[in-house]
Amino acid sequence: MTQTMIIIAREWKNDFLFLGYMLTLLLAANTGVVNASPENAALSEQRRAQGEYLARVGNCLGCHTAKGGQPFAGGYRLSTSFGTFITPNITPDKETGIGLWSEEDFWKAMHEGKSRDGKLLYPAFPYTEYTKVTREDANLIFAYLQSVPAVSQSNPPHEIRFPYNSRPLLYLWRTLFFKQGIYEPDQSKSDEWNRGAYLVQGLGHCNACHTARNVLGASQEDSTGGGQIMGSSWHAPSLTSRQEAGSMDWAIEEIIELLSSGVSQRAVTSGPMGTVVRQSLQYLSQDDLRAMAIYLKSLPESNALSEVSYPEMPENVRKYLAQGEKLYEKYCQNCHGISGRGAPGIYPALAGNRSVTMTIPTNVIRSVLNGGYPPTTAANPRPYGMPPFQQIIRDEEVAQVVSFIRNAWGNRGSLVSAINVGQSRGSNH
Amino acid sequence: MIYKNNDMKHSILIILLFFTSLADAVEVLSVNVPDTLAERVKACTICHGVEDRHNRDAYYPRIAGKLEGYLFNQLRHFRDGRRYYQPMAILLENMSDQYLLEMAQYFAALDLPYPPPEPITLQPLEENLAEKLVYSGDLKRNIPACSACHGKNLMGTVPFVPGLLGLHSAYLTAQLGGWHSGGLIRGKIANCMADIAKQLTYEEINAVAKWLAAQPASGKPANQLSPEMAQRCASIVSENGEVR
Repeated sequence: MTQTMIIIAREWKNDFLFLGYMLTLLLAANTGVVNASPENAALSEQRRAQGEYLARVGNCLGCHTAKGGQPFAGGYRLSTSFGTFITPNITPDKETGIGLWSEEDFWKAMHEGKSRDGKLLYPAFPYTEYTKVTREDANLIFAYLQSVPAVSQSNPPHEIRFPYNSRPLLYLWRTLFFKQGIYEPDQSKSDEWNRGAYLVQGLGHCNACHTARNVLGASQEDSTGGGQIMGSSWHAPSLTSRQEAGSMDWAIEEIIELLSSGVSQRAVTSGPMGTVVRQSLQYLSQDDLRAMAIYLKSLPESNALSEVSYPEMPENVRKYLAQGEKLYEKYCQNCHGISGRGAPGIYPALAGNRSVTMTIPTNVIRSVLNGGYPPTTAANPRPYGMPPFQQIIRDEEVAQVVSFIRNAWGNRGSLVSAINVGQSRGSNH
Repeated sequence: MIYKNNDMKHSILIILLFFTSLADAVEVLSVNVPDTLAERVKACTICHGVEDRHNRDAYYPRIAGKLEGYLFNQLRHFRDGRRYYQPMAILLENMSDQYLLEMAQYFAALDLPYPPPEPITLQPLEENLAEKLVYSGDLKRNIPACSACHGKNLMGTVPFVPGLLGLHSAYLTAQLGGWHSGGLIRGKIANCMADIAKQLTYEEINAVAKWLAAQPASGKPANQLSPEMAQRCASIVSENGEVR
């Protein structure tokens, strides 16, 4: 998120007078609330719980915690095409965290993308989405963050490449791509729909991944059209395309099931989406999940299904696929079945599976290379897994088997080469 | 007659359709997934299989019968990035402690015969060097004997210290090398094993790895560490990080 926060902390260290002044102010403020009544305590506990829930929805923990690190203490490395951002400590530690921040400071960060000293934040912190969050919700999140254990942890500065490390460039970027403003309900829609839109577009910041970004890293406004996830080889499928992850023909219950448990009868969350389910979505209330599902299902279709007629496959292609079929029989059939129908909810069907046939084959290749388990969730605490096949077969063989499943049982997709496999391997996320 | 013929064709078609859809139905059911842990850990056993692996697979260590506490710790280390091996990190990324514990228990309880030791012949000098480190250590460099922690029979010590036998020399060399250089992050963790391995020379690492791989595995893990080693290696217990 913000280099500014770190810089601020450093500047303060050098400015004892200012720090002393702030501490005095803070102590004065604290003595003011010593005589808190039991009702006030209950109220503040309630606000803390509400804030904790909202922090889950926004998945603050997901970025502000290093792997195996202390919760909210930052240090997570977020790699992007502009360099690596190292997330700041947002625990209430006064020196290295945001212990000296006020509600107003927090609101400015969330709503305006500005740090406490007015410096502009890099949009790696998704304030382009968080700006839609209401003041009340932001206050609740702040109340919660101020209640978590303070961790003294200074994180290293960002490693941003020239010319993106120039802050003035951010002014320009914001003029072009940042639209500040709380979510405005669409009066023609239901309350549920509006709640879903608020969560998806705002705090949930789905758009941070499920969008195509331009060369300056700006997402297309309010569009959930899918794109490669920054700093990762995964492709975040479009939520508005029937061929990718659009849910226009899904039942509401099935969308809820996938978001909350990580698996459904026809899909399994994997990669970064599995992480989002584990860290955030599984904790959402049924009402909020339903609202999100209603909104997602209603998204207008971006590219309607076009009838494509495929030419007859030439002999050499059929031979290539036949080699893939042999590998399929040896390694995959045991779980995914002779006709690719799998065991719904356990081993996903490959026939008609959009992750298999998507134009960009990255995700299916990565699944074969790395395998993986869907996230463990309350509803699916003991998921079945897929082996990492890169341990036992070569890239050429991965290409053959992926090409086969993209063209078997009524599936149609482009052939995949060993070069595609190498490219998809990419980073470790 | 023509009418009847058509009728018959229809009937045949319908019967055929019936059978094809029946075949489909049978096929759908044919992916029969047992509700067992053995089925759930197929993602693990593709590498950590029952059969002894050689050549390119020699790297994958045997996990059957290892101590539950050791396996559980390693699973969490891989997941949380304290022990780095990318395929394991990706596989375990979204797994709860509870589920990892269950998997650790499953593999710990597997009682499979050990493969015969690797047919390695050590030079007498190498053998002496290895045996000295394994059973006596080197007091001058504050290197304890391997057996001081990993058990007199080197089959490990309850609950966290792993056995050293029944493993391939390639794996042992890589692990000792990792502890030695910090190349697997491991050596960067404040840990008694990192401190010890940093002092070893490559010659010593190779000799010990080869010697260990050449020993037959048998016997049970030791019950507890000596008070001295328990104190020295107290971080093994405390390095387990966040609970999920």
